[in-house]
Amino acid sequence: MTTAVVAPPKGGFGYRHPRARLAALLGAPMAWLIVVYLGSLAALFLTAFWTVDGFTGALVRTFTLENFVDVFTTPAYLQVMARTIGIALAVTVLCLVLAVPLAYFMARVASKRWQPLLVAMILTPLWASYLVKVYAWRAMLSPESGVVAWFMSPFGLGGPGFGLLSIVITLTYLWLPYMILPVYAGFSRLPDSMLDASADLGAKSWRTFRSVVVPLIFPSIVAGSIFTFSLSLGDYITAQIVGGKVQMLGNVVQQNYVTNLPFAAAFATIPVIIVLIYLAAVRRSGALENL
Amino acid sequence: MQSSRLLKIAVATSAAALVLAACGGGSDSSTDAGAAPGGEAFAGPVGDGEGKLSVLAWPGYAEDGSTDPSADWVTPFEEATGCQVDVKTFGTSDEAVKLMQGGGYDVISASGDASLRLIYGENIQPVNLDLVPNYADIFPDLKDRSHNTVNGTSYGVPHGRGANLLIWNKEKLGDSVDSWSVMFEPDSPAAGGVGPYDSPIYIADAAVYLMATQPDLGITDPYALDQAQFDAAIALLQQQKSLVSEYWSDYLKQIDAVNGGTMTGATSWQVIVNGFDPAVVGSTKAKEGATGWSDTWMIAKDTPNLNCSYKWLDWMASPATNAQAAEWFGEAPANSKACELTADPEHCDKFHAGDTAYWEDVYYWNTPTEQCLDGRTDVTCVPYAEWSKAWSELRS
Repeated sequence: MTTAVVAPPKGGFGYRHPRARLAALLGAPMAWLIVVYLGSLAALFLTAFWTVDGFTGALVRTFTLENFVDVFTTPAYLQVMARTIGIALAVTVLCLVLAVPLAYFMARVASKRWQPLLVAMILTPLWASYLVKVYAWRAMLSPESGVVAWFMSPFGLGGPGFGLLSIVITLTYLWLPYMILPVYAGFSRLPDSMLDASADLGAKSWRTFRSVVVPLIFPSIVAGSIFTFSLSLGDYITAQIVGGKVQMLGNVVQQNYVTNLPFAAAFATIPVIIVLIYLAAVRRSGALENL
Repeated sequence: MQSSRLLKIAVATSAAALVLAACGGGSDSSTDAGAAPGGEAFAGPVGDGEGKLSVLAWPGYAEDGSTDPSADWVTPFEEATGCQVDVKTFGTSDEAVKLMQGGGYDVISASGDASLRLIYGENIQPVNLDLVPNYADIFPDLKDRSHNTVNGTSYGVPHGRGANLLIWNKEKLGDSVDSWSVMFEPDSPAAGGVGPYDSPIYIADAAVYLMATQPDLGITDPYALDQAQFDAAIALLQQQKSLVSEYWSDYLKQIDAVNGGTMTGATSWQVIVNGFDPAVVGSTKAKEGATGWSDTWMIAKDTPNLNCSYKWLDWMASPATNAQAAEWFGEAPANSKACELTADPEHCDKFHAGDTAYWEDVYYWNTPTEQCLDGRTDVTCVPYAEWSKAWSELRS
């Protein structure tokens, strides 16, 4: 064997010390993750157990559970939580309903030449400022002068006005690309052979969709839903601009963080908990392993 | 560094709380309660400037020509005193308090709902008014108010004032509207288009309306509400909620909603009203009276730029600057001599600058405290923290 006489390659320090190499590779991102990301979460959680001076609003560092008790025993706050989860679920379902046919068309029907263009078109809105888009929706949804109201008037209907429905519509618009892209990727990966096999076995298109396509793209749908759900859950600017008097979780946090930071921190842990529960539920379904 | 500063604030605050508790203990000894918070005022004389000044101000209060080249009273100040000015603006009084507690600012234009928190939080220092020559010309009814003076110690120089106005859509509500009832009563023609100000301090607006409609409650100061009065105000706001189209805190949002015709009866500021078409949008100080603001320039307790700070206070109180600033923002100037110097000779008349009777039923924003501001000692009042909590719940 000639390879036996070849001298081992002269590696550098990193080659001879694999651990050092690993540290150099992951040091910066790990430091960022731990210090900035987990650190700020920990600070948030810690603050939630403090309180403020009732008069000046300055922080007082004494341990108390009062903030959490307030959050979970005040009917108005429980209502906000329920409303926010409802909005996030509605947005997710709407995104799903819109994204699946669109992604299917992009991946399986449109010609290869058109696909990159279609993907670019889906991505384009993401390059525009979030605020501009929401204000555009405010103009469109305006109850009397808006485009939507004008469009509905021949049917004897008014616009949706500023409120719950407007929030759902606007958030669906904002987060739709985050659902389309993973589902599109899922459809693209779908092997033609499976569809052929299904057809060979006599399945009609609906049966194929239900028994072959859906199980295969399910992980993609879950991935998209994590985006749409968690992004909706944390949003407060949309509610402020098109929500009329309707508030979401984030608005309560925003309203309180100046006057009562600990309470705002306690409230801000709720979406974190909800998303963790959502992720746990998703994990149980096994979808995460397939991502 | 940040945390040690926070710690200092916490310590200072608890010290202030102790002082307050001590004062509260000896029920009727409030007049001889000893030293006012914030230590001693600067004895003077005001020397040369330190070369820089950090200003925390409402938007439009410290203009350097970058918003509009014609509005510039910061650059002349810099040229006259050598103090380079750095301006940071804030959107709400709560934000102002938070920023001031964080430190790093020399002077602040504080509204009444922020000033007491700053005084008792030991964030600002007493002001020696002898060192502010222009103070002499300030309208007398702005001096020695409960939001700028504690136990006879003065904490700043008044800047200007205004009343929160009632505005309405003339096409929908007609020409003659003069009562807040359009914003509170269920049978209001503005139902579905009511636009209250989105801040805990708005609870005082409900209290002002209750002063006129439910005199049995005995409210004399909308910022001194005992529990029963406070509950009545919240109940009124709950009733109002079903009439509301939007709560506003961003004035651009209000302009959009009013021009779009969705906000038909609302509370507003003169500076916003100036932009509306008077044929479509009416505005008035409602007959029940109104809440309002009276802003005061104050000096940070630990400022390293004390000379520049005093120069700034005097500069802002001078007739020429005060006229410019008040006219730019759309409010009544605090200096009586400013009225001769405004570009619009009728500015002071329009804004009722010297009209003492006009201001009698304007209740300037103040910080509600447990010790009732109206002097009652037989009850405790609902403090601002509770206002804030109640507002957050109401809005949820």
